[in-house]
Amino acid sequence: MPWGEFKDTVAERRIFQHRTLVALMLLFVMMGVLMARMYYLQVIQHDTYTTLSDKNRVQVQSVAPTRGLVYDRNNVLLAENRPVFNVTIVPERVADISQTLSELQAILNISEDDLDRFRGRLLEPRRPFQEIPLRYDLTEQEIASMAVHRHTLPGVEVNAELVRYYPYSELTSHALGYVGRINRDELQRIDPVNYAGTNYIGKSGIERFYEQALHGKVGYQHVETNARGRTLRVLERENPVPGEDIRLHLDIRLQKLAHDLLDGRRGAIVAIEPKTGGVLALASVPGFDANLFVTGIGVEAYRELNESLDKPLFNRALRGQYPPGSTIKPMLAIAALDSGSTNRERTVWDPGYFQLKPTGRRFRDWKRGGHGWVNLKDAVEQSCDIYFYDVGVRMGVDVMHDYLTRFGFGEETSLDISGALPGIVPSREWKRAHRNEPWYPGDSVNMSIGQGFNLATPLQLATGTAVLANRGVWNQPRLLSDVLGDHDFEEGLFGAARDDIILTDPDTWTFGIKAMEAVMHGTKGTARAAARKAPYRMAGKTGTAQVFSLAEGEEYDEEEVRIRLRDHALFIGFAPVEDPVIAVAVIVENGGSGSGTAAPVARAMFDAWLLGFPAPDEPVLVKSDPGAGE
Amino acid sequence: MGLRDFARPMSHHPLSGARSIWTTLHVDPFLLVLLLALLSFGLIILFSGGDGRIALVKAQSIRIGLALVVMFVFAQLDPSVYRRWAPWLYGVGLLALVAVILFGVGAKGAQRWLALPGLPRFQPSELMKIVVPMTVAWYLSRHFLPPRLSRVAIALAMVLVPMALIARQPDLGTSVLVAAAGLFVVFFAGIRWRIISAFFVLVSIAAPLMWFFGMRDYQKQRVLTLLDPESDPLGAGWNIMQSKTAIGSGGWSGKGWMQGTQSHLEFLPESHTDFIVAVLAEEFGFVGIFALMSLYLLVLLRCLYIAVNAQDSFSRLLAGALSMTFFIYVFVNVGMVSGLLPVVGVPLPLISYGGTSIVTLMAAFGILMSIHTHRRMIAA
Repeated sequence: MPWGEFKDTVAERRIFQHRTLVALMLLFVMMGVLMARMYYLQVIQHDTYTTLSDKNRVQVQSVAPTRGLVYDRNNVLLAENRPVFNVTIVPERVADISQTLSELQAILNISEDDLDRFRGRLLEPRRPFQEIPLRYDLTEQEIASMAVHRHTLPGVEVNAELVRYYPYSELTSHALGYVGRINRDELQRIDPVNYAGTNYIGKSGIERFYEQALHGKVGYQHVETNARGRTLRVLERENPVPGEDIRLHLDIRLQKLAHDLLDGRRGAIVAIEPKTGGVLALASVPGFDANLFVTGIGVEAYRELNESLDKPLFNRALRGQYPPGSTIKPMLAIAALDSGSTNRERTVWDPGYFQLKPTGRRFRDWKRGGHGWVNLKDAVEQSCDIYFYDVGVRMGVDVMHDYLTRFGFGEETSLDISGALPGIVPSREWKRAHRNEPWYPGDSVNMSIGQGFNLATPLQLATGTAVLANRGVWNQPRLLSDVLGDHDFEEGLFGAARDDIILTDPDTWTFGIKAMEAVMHGTKGTARAAARKAPYRMAGKTGTAQVFSLAEGEEYDEEEVRIRLRDHALFIGFAPVEDPVIAVAVIVENGGSGSGTAAPVARAMFDAWLLGFPAPDEPVLVKSDPGAGE
Repeated sequence: MGLRDFARPMSHHPLSGARSIWTTLHVDPFLLVLLLALLSFGLIILFSGGDGRIALVKAQSIRIGLALVVMFVFAQLDPSVYRRWAPWLYGVGLLALVAVILFGVGAKGAQRWLALPGLPRFQPSELMKIVVPMTVAWYLSRHFLPPRLSRVAIALAMVLVPMALIARQPDLGTSVLVAAAGLFVVFFAGIRWRIISAFFVLVSIAAPLMWFFGMRDYQKQRVLTLLDPESDPLGAGWNIMQSKTAIGSGGWSGKGWMQGTQSHLEFLPESHTDFIVAVLAEEFGFVGIFALMSLYLLVLLRCLYIAVNAQDSFSRLLAGALSMTFFIYVFVNVGMVSGLLPVVGVPLPLISYGGTSIVTLMAAFGILMSIHTHRRMIAA
């Protein structure tokens, strides 16, 4: 007998039926609630959620333009872009940052610098879901091991980007400048839209000067991403406009030669094509590897560069302000003739010293015993200080200042060389303002041989030499030759030209050039040794700049002191005399004499440019004679 | 009225004349067709929710096959077997739940599985979804209905003990379902309305106490997130925001099968398990949801029909409770995915990927079929 048959009463069945009815009602009500909810979400709120859904999956990303390339005059690539792989972290997608970091440290080589920088960026205010870079420039092996481990590291991404690369590293660091990561100050300055996808900006040199042209214009793409931010599909794309490729006047062969010539020493060489003002070589030795600065140099490596006694980061060619010494004598000779302070025939007795008053202080000639009777041409050829003391006092500071300024001294005259310093051409006003003293005749004596308050950069010396070689016609120095491609932005950049130097007697130029030619080829020319057996005629002027003092607090051993107190050797010159195609300025720090050290360097530059570059295994500098007179 | 009660079974088709093949097999064809429709529908959505992984669909098909076998086996047993075994099963179930707490295994901070040597891993809490209503039905149907207050109290204790054990694992979703199953038996047994009212008053008092003393932080977080998902859009609110976005962006007719951006671009979490209804809503729109709900409603109506036509109190109470529990499954899942209820981890019955719940559910349907096909001719 079935269990419970007798108590399966009508009442129990009725209760159950009643309750089922209630349950059914409950069921319909709850089902209705669900359907109402769905109706609300899917029909009434449909637009809202469609927008949310689209926003979810479609993101607008900026596409950085490819930075323009830089070529030398022979189309040799000086600055290119190479792909670099970086590791970035999206903190929002990482559960435990410190654990992820320690896991990454097992796979990658992550320095304390990297970690500090990462933690710093983590604390800075930023957009949510923005990637924070951890390590730049992974090695091939690291890329491979990241590919293996990436699935275990959510929120960690490996991104490729194009990064500036300078194949000639040290050779071009001072001539081209370099790019680096955009810092906070630059962030205020740049157009945030155009730089939305860019991480790098020109920091110095032409990279900085032509930043706008080299950078290009940003592009956009609408991409479909998944919840982890990974791009799945590009929906729409507006391509970026790549930066302009530019060609410089620079010749990398000449640049390399300049570096080789100064190898192991400190100094600078600037070579300019007088007819265009184009800079053929701009070397500051020692240089540094600009590639280190692109992705961010380590603290240790930077300190080493910065604290080196040789100051490799210092751009001597543009910012090294040296007393020009005797190298400004040709310009002053022209000034003296043109101003009528002397003439070609007038002679001065040089007993080895010069006195303003018979009982006054003796200003010495570099040559003990003096040169005897000298005229102006002799004075340039033999670099006679006494003649220039005399004529300097005759001209006075105003005339000297006027002419030196017209040769570009005391001013920054370059068109596109950023960071160049103006040097100093002293004047009465200058001395009043800076020394709070009147101009004494003794100051004119010092000024006449480029000592005293005079300061000039190698670039200025080369520029003044080029103007002289051009017989007063100004072509301001410039690195850029032309822009490759069809864009024309030269107009507006090079509008302002300097006034040419017009002399009352144009033949005075010929005199000045002949005097410089005598320095090289004359029987008593100070640099005649450097010009020996040259198949062409060149013009030049040697110079020596005294090193007055050492910076306080610097420690040198005795040998170092002896070397670092030696005079700087200078030389300016151009060749060939008849139709100058190259003008150079050479400075060798603590090189001793201009004739013995600097002139042979210039000769090697001339030879290379006019006769052909030496073969790779040929020694670039045959003789150097620091013991020779000035 | 009384006469009709006795007369009706005699005129009922399966019980008179030649027994149909379905009765012989102890399978209810209407229910079977509806279930197969739901299961097939589920596989189609699963293919999309699993991002086109055919392996998922294959694995699920195997589980469905297994579940159908379980259903068939359960349908063969006479309801009286269940009734006799109910208290023993209940005892075993309780022991197993205690064992889970003592040396169960699991993941993500929850201990739900029991791995006994020589036996496949299983979840005792799943078993209790059926055993608890079965036992309560056994207990209440031994006596006259409606039950006296003292018996209601004992019945409630029989529900609360396993529920508490399951909630401790912690598995909030299953404990809710187990409690619902047991309470529905009490409800169908005819508990008085004023007791029900008193119960709700008690719950409204107990809820704040639970909040402060009984709930774990992550459970509190789920409730808080439910109330204001935007407050933590990257953390706990992410799931709800994304599933609501998936549902809402589906609109009337959806984005099309396999075209859902929310699920295929990985914005939607758990798109092949607990949140699969959002995939359906996104890809098939309101129309798809309506179709699914209609299928569920037809299944429920058929189940309640079986319950009403059951022959004894035990069968009636059990059938009614299992039917309504099935509905609670649907309600809690769709409610949580659409942002009406907290996310408690209840799968969408017969659709979500995962073997355990499907086997349990099909076992319950097997019991319902057993109840329907084991009715006896009763002499007038």
